[in-house]
Amino acid sequence: MADKISVAAEIEEPERRKVFRKVFRKLGAATVITVFGKAILDSRPAPAASVLRPPGALPEAEFNAACIRCGLCVEACPYDILHLASWSDPAPTGTPYFVARTDPCRMCTDIPCARACPTGALSPLLTDIKKADMGVAVLVGHETCLNYKGLTCSICVRVCPIIGEAISLKPVKNEVGLLQIPTVDSSKCTGCGTCEKHCVLSEAAIRVLPRELGLGVEGAQSVGRW
Amino acid sequence: MRRTLAFFYRNRWLFSRRVMQLLIIAAFAMELPEGGYFAQGNLSSSTWFGIGLTDPYIWLQSLLAGAPLGKSALIGMLIVAGLYALFGGRIYCSWVCPINLLTDLSYWIRQKLHIKSNFTLSKNLRVAILLLSLLLSLLSGKLAWEMVNPITQFQRELMWGSMTGAMVLASIFLFDIFVTRRGWCSHLCPVGAFYSELGRYGRLRVKATQSGACNGCAECIKVCPEPHVLAPVVARKADLVTHGDCTRCGACLDQCSTGALAMSLNLKRAGSFKGIPVVSQD
Ligand code: SF4
Ligand code: SF4
Ligand code: SF4
Ligand code: SF4
Ligand code: SF4
Repeated sequence: MADKISVAAEIEEPERRKVFRKVFRKLGAATVITVFGKAILDSRPAPAASVLRPPGALPEAEFNAACIRCGLCVEACPYDILHLASWSDPAPTGTPYFVARTDPCRMCTDIPCARACPTGALSPLLTDIKKADMGVAVLVGHETCLNYKGLTCSICVRVCPIIGEAISLKPVKNEVGLLQIPTVDSSKCTGCGTCEKHCVLSEAAIRVLPRELGLGVEGAQSVGRW
Repeated sequence: MRRTLAFFYRNRWLFSRRVMQLLIIAAFAMELPEGGYFAQGNLSSSTWFGIGLTDPYIWLQSLLAGAPLGKSALIGMLIVAGLYALFGGRIYCSWVCPINLLTDLSYWIRQKLHIKSNFTLSKNLRVAILLLSLLLSLLSGKLAWEMVNPITQFQRELMWGSMTGAMVLASIFLFDIFVTRRGWCSHLCPVGAFYSELGRYGRLRVKATQSGACNGCAECIKVCPEPHVLAPVVARKADLVTHGDCTRCGACLDQCSTGALAMSLNLKRAGSFKGIPVVSQD
């Protein structure tokens, strides 16, 4: 079906252009293969979340596949705590996250963010906000936390929306005397971030982290099994 | 007065498109007096007065990446895909996509500056990028194209006020001015390639009105962002633009001084088309 006239009319390419074309083709192929290889390498093992996701978010790998970066959750949040990640942010571009220290999740009982999600990346099955798992609080500053110094700050405990369950004061006796240690129950903590937000220190001594980062994951590390 | 009218008439499609594009941007950005927005979300997925719409290309990436099916996204995707499949996929490019504003501006500047240098790229490149993005989504479990997609980037940067993605937009802008004529939209963008395939059989088409009217000046081909789609019509090998690449921008209609072209909606079966073979000239 080749058009005879147009074939005849085709001008012959200069030699230099042919060489260029060849070089570009090779460069193109190299780029494609690199991108490919990198994507395959990056894709396993499934990485843990590095940021806090809105309530009801699927596990990170699934979330990255399911979330289409539409921002409907962001707009649904009445407290405007959510952002879509830009290139310079730690989350994959366009996915929603929040920063506890800046603005924690207020744990709305009707969970408007998850209701707004069209894809199920924020699970519609989450109906009780107290069952949400955005992350978990970990008291990391054992040397800076005022309660560890024998004072009774306890702000983080008092601001917790699930006070008495997710975080409570546990008496611990040591050489300083009787300490009241803020202690997180990881099975009750939703990771809303309110404690981190309100910690009185200039850098919070209690941090809310994605669960895998906060608690670690069981299983042997490959290095240990040579 | 007559002259302004004539000016508007000669740009009627262009102006209609601009109005539409700006209205869509405004719908996302402007707040209603009683609170809320006309449209929420962005072009990946949005809610218009309670009706959800979802971009089929992004949805497909998500599906390949292994996402569970969300019901409202599925319905929204079917509505959008159905409309584009029925009327013509790349209507998205000319009437909806905000990047078109940018690349059209690039093209305009390019012409004003009389930049002739043109780094030739294959139009198939975008199909390759499209396939690659789908393959990568499948392999990596992430939405490959969404890592870079300047379209949603454009909206996000505009609306959430951060500026990192402006870099991508700037490079597209400069690339289109200095490197390749209509480089981004007609050669690289996989979204355009996707909609082109989706709307292959779209029923809204540019049509040659009567065979005699066209004087073969080929002015339409000069302004068309995808010139190869018009070639068969001007060469009288076809009486309809059937190629999926046609963006229904109407530039050809604005340009044609003889009225030889019209935009026609024909919902009947393909049977009414006389079956003249269309040679795609890449
Ligand atoms: S539960 Fe409420 S405060 Fe928390 S992210 Fe969702 S909408 Fe925002
Ligand atoms: S609403 Fe759902 S799909 Fe949209 S950005 Fe939020 S999590 Fe992602
Ligand atoms: S608010 Fe901060 S300093 Fe006070 S008890 Fe909690 S972690 Fe310690
Ligand atoms: S080709 Fe891509 S960037 Fe250009 S108008 Fe179409 S979708 Fe938008
Ligand atoms: S054929 Fe006409 S309507 Fe279609 S893309 Fe070209 S100029 Fe636009």
